Amino acid sequence: MELTGLFFYIVSLLILGGIYALLCLALNVQWGMGGLFNAGIAGFYGVGAYTSAILTTAASGRHLGGFSMPVPMGLVGAAIVAGVTGWAVARICVRLKSDYLAMASIGIAEILRLVFVNESWLTNGSLGVSRIPRPFADFTTGRMSDVAFLGFVWVIVLLVYVATTRLYDSPWGRSLRAIRDNETSASAAGKNVEKFRVQTFVIGCAVMGIAGGLSAHYFRFLSPTATDPLLTTFLVWVMLMAGGSGNNRGAILGALSIWTIWSVTEIFTNRLPPEWATRSSFIRMLLVGLLLQVVLQRFRAGLLPEKSPPVRFRKD
Amino acid sequence: MSEFVNFYLFPALTIGSIYALGAVGISMIFGILRFAHFAHGDLMTLGAYGIMAATALMPVNPLLLVPFGMALTIFSALFVDRFFYRPLRDLPTIYTVISSFGIALVFRSMIQLIWGSENQVLVAGVRPPLVLFDTIRVSVLHLQAIVTTAIIAVLLHYFLTATKTGRSMRAVADDPELAEVSGLDTAKVVRWTWIIGAALAAVAGAFAALNTSAHPNLGWNLLLPMFAAAILGGIGKPMGAMAGGFIIGMAEELSSYHWIGDEALISPSYKTAIAFVIMIGLLIFRPQGLFKGRLL
Repeated sequence: MELTGLFFYIVSLLILGGIYALLCLALNVQWGMGGLFNAGIAGFYGVGAYTSAILTTAASGRHLGGFSMPVPMGLVGAAIVAGVTGWAVARICVRLKSDYLAMASIGIAEILRLVFVNESWLTNGSLGVSRIPRPFADFTTGRMSDVAFLGFVWVIVLLVYVATTRLYDSPWGRSLRAIRDNETSASAAGKNVEKFRVQTFVIGCAVMGIAGGLSAHYFRFLSPTATDPLLTTFLVWVMLMAGGSGNNRGAILGALSIWTIWSVTEIFTNRLPPEWATRSSFIRMLLVGLLLQVVLQRFRAGLLPEKSPPVRFRKD
Repeated sequence: MSEFVNFYLFPALTIGSIYALGAVGISMIFGILRFAHFAHGDLMTLGAYGIMAATALMPVNPLLLVPFGMALTIFSALFVDRFFYRPLRDLPTIYTVISSFGIALVFRSMIQLIWGSENQVLVAGVRPPLVLFDTIRVSVLHLQAIVTTAIIAVLLHYFLTATKTGRSMRAVADDPELAEVSGLDTAKVVRWTWIIGAALAAVAGAFAALNTSAHPNLGWNLLLPMFAAAILGGIGKPMGAMAGGFIIGMAEELSSYHWIGDEALISPSYKTAIAFVIMIGLLIFRPQGLFKGRLL
């Protein structure tokens, strides 16, 4: 019995770890490859979550819905809506210094949170959307559906990993890194800096939307607290910086290791007496903030530093 | 008419004062150190809690205890700059932005750790409003906030135009390379930027906490409109940031006045969105701000 408990604990750890790995891969496209600061991860994640939830749930009087689409369609919708939101933000801000993109992205995340809370016809306000279906609901029941979901999440992580690694190695990715490292020389070489940056930002936001959608299907319930910037935006930044920005494997490793530390410490702190248990969550947050400072100052390259692919010449 | 003045104009000016005091620091830090300081809102919260801690010891009007809040914010800002921002100064400034994002979290969790995360009021009880000319009623706090901000604006203007330090600060904000080769003491300018920014953040935090209540997200929730105010006034223009703060505050509050018909023009729950829309509009059409700040 102990062992099955442990098994399902690890399953849930890996499911959420996989969702964080997706967010990290997405941020790695934006920051690691493109050098774009996105401070509104929670917003794009939330948009994806709500889109997928609304598209896949059965009709309900409390929020927009009744489309009952299959889960993959919901995730595609999530990617599209999050991508379009990202496009609108990026169009306006990429010409300017990256700080402006940071401000605008944090702004859009705040506005989206207001929309999720206030527009009850769309999202059922703070009561949230419930009865969100899971994929393979017909084949699996009970806790086995967790295991099926674990496979589903990691297949998507693998697909995104392959895609982003291909992107990194492609001419597109090379131009992107050229822009990141020296914008002036890249544009002198004829690269359309603005276009590349907008594309990067949109790709990243779309993947964040997929991650949000997956979390909605995993929890089967979605309320505006899911878009809390602490647990998404902050933690994902720490994960990517610690794992190694610019390196996709580093992004996945960072996500898994930080998430493991974060959730395993929760087991211990939950056993403390109540007045200490609440405080310890603040201590954890404090330590995450300090960890980010240490990483920034001492280990900027992260656990797995960025390794540029070798230049291959065609043999004639 | 008196309804408009009592329930919309004075609260709007109060919110505007809070934004103005916060935006001055953001604008100066952005202008001189070249990065968007994401921990500024939480610095305000820290100031408010510092004052609250002092009121527990000395039961006088919290506004008299603002220096304690200032001392706390100035110390924290200088400490954070020395140990967390300065080591990153040779890197692209975006790293400092990331660092300040983390520092915001550190400030907030420290506040939650020390003072807890529930709402706390600085002054209990309701104070009767002042009645002027029989029709205009204004709360004492609102009047205090507006008058204090006006006095600070005058002092700040004097400091920036008449003292050597203030003039060097403007010089660095306008053209850092030129200021450096002219032999200005950049380290001193940076120090004064933090001192003034942090001191004004404490005042802003005090008024924000008195206006509603003190809670750990107090300053973080005000960050977006303050960024908008700093951009509106032009980065590196402290007086512009003051004006920007008032404009954003007025726009937010007055947007929920029933200008047309009986309904609020824009639902009050979307007040924050006004600041965001103004910011986006500025970034599209006039990123240098109204008063020709620097475009970084």
